[in-house]
Amino acid sequence: MSIKQTSMVAALLMVCPALMFGAGTVKGKVTFTGTPVKQKPIDMSKEPSCAKQYPTPPTTQTIVTGEGDTLENVVVYISAGAPDETTAPTQAVTFEQKGCRYMPHVLAMRVNQELKVVNSDQTSHNIHPLAKVNREWNKSQPPGTPPLSEKFDKEEFISVKCNVHPWMRGYFAVLKTSHYDVSKDNGSFTLPNLPPGKYTLTAWHEDYGTQTADVTIAGSETKNVNFAFKAKAF
Amino acid sequence: MRTKIFQGMFVAMGVAILAAASLCGAQEMESHIGSLTGHSNDGKKLYKRYCFYCHGQYGDGAGENAAWIEPKPRDFTAATFKCRSTTTGFLPTDEDLYKSIARGFSNSNMPQWAPLSNQNRADLVAYIKTFSPRWKTEKPVEVLVVPPEPPINIESISHGHELFEKLECWKCHGQEGRGDGPSASTLTDSKDQPIRPYNFAGGANDSRFKCGSENADIYKIFMTGVDGTPMPSFADVIKPNDAWDLVHFLRTLQVNRKSKENEVLKAAGGKLLPEKPAPPAPEAPAAPDAKTPGSR
Repeated sequence: MSIKQTSMVAALLMVCPALMFGAGTVKGKVTFTGTPVKQKPIDMSKEPSCAKQYPTPPTTQTIVTGEGDTLENVVVYISAGAPDETTAPTQAVTFEQKGCRYMPHVLAMRVNQELKVVNSDQTSHNIHPLAKVNREWNKSQPPGTPPLSEKFDKEEFISVKCNVHPWMRGYFAVLKTSHYDVSKDNGSFTLPNLPPGKYTLTAWHEDYGTQTADVTIAGSETKNVNFAFKAKAF
Repeated sequence: MRTKIFQGMFVAMGVAILAAASLCGAQEMESHIGSLTGHSNDGKKLYKRYCFYCHGQYGDGAGENAAWIEPKPRDFTAATFKCRSTTTGFLPTDEDLYKSIARGFSNSNMPQWAPLSNQNRADLVAYIKTFSPRWKTEKPVEVLVVPPEPPINIESISHGHELFEKLECWKCHGQEGRGDGPSASTLTDSKDQPIRPYNFAGGANDSRFKCGSENADIYKIFMTGVDGTPMPSFADVIKPNDAWDLVHFLRTLQVNRKSKENEVLKAAGGKLLPEKPAPPAPEAPAAPDAKTPGSR
């Protein structure tokens, strides 16, 4: 191996320790115990263009559960142990307003990553992230206008609302780490490509709050971590 | 020996006092309005005399009068301000705050502070800027440029009405601008307090807007948005000349106010021109890009 090749390999290993030691994975499921509050049907009669898109009124999405008491829309991320990642990915994340609801209901993104907000409805929405740490802005987006482009420069869980359609509520999870996932309809989450180390995992739910778990990754193993939230009575 | 210890303590105390003084000094802020320079140390005395009882000792809007006031006094620690000439989400200019103090806020308990001297108001602006670290960390942004106002005529007013419909201003403000649109009753501000949309038709000839009474002030209100409230910014979706048309139409909603706009509308028999059909050719290719429901 020439000096040039050796130095290239060395540089690669420095850049990506996972290559040197293998990369671990944390997998798991988010569940709940107890009886969650029943989600209410949304009355969209004030917005006929949206109401007509649903044969039966859709329900609120504060608590979305699946078979086997699984919990959807929980943000699971590495909150300690991994270095803060300052370079944002070049690919944007998309938040869509469709049928007077937010898709997805909880959108995770990196600090300074481009956020595209799309209005697919035939009505005007205003996108109003109620940020406390980041700047609180509020922009109108009439139908047929191009996507809005924004970004947040600090880590924060931000509640998003449309003032015109008060039932519209969503969340932005702005994170400093690239190791995150949002639990799927079966409650599952996967955090791949974790270099060996000791980490703190945090699971955040908009109504049930946060839980943490410590996990140690050695080599290219897969560790299983589950979270169980206690359902609130109301 | 004892003298030395005493001397040592004396020096340490001196260092501590100096450090504390420099920390306090770090809190000092200035404001710049034209040739005026405001100083927060001077503003602090004025604040304690005039502003303290509503806005509170810590500037968090929790003064002793706050419980009795609707809408609630501004929380300066959040540094979110309604009347700005800057993009939504950004800090206002010193001049924006200076004008707000002089003008007061109609339909609220914030009176006009015009009797205070210009220097007093500049000092107060500087002091208000000590309540949030954002004033030190954020860079100033560009100020909205208001282009010259085109002539007020029935074409402009009619087009403004089309925009009022298309942008769905009526959803909150109501078809006649009476603040009674379908979403009006559900509106809350960023602190979850109920808030009413502006009633254009209320008030007499002296009816005022919150952020100023000139046409250019109305232009700014909907272009910058009223931060901390449901009123969003339309800067990304309205072109400058269209914005003036909307201003001209909004003036006609102030039915009790004597204005050029109301005269023009009266001269036209109170009737708006029918909506012009959209020009067909250039718009057509853009259609596939436009978001239509179910197109994905």
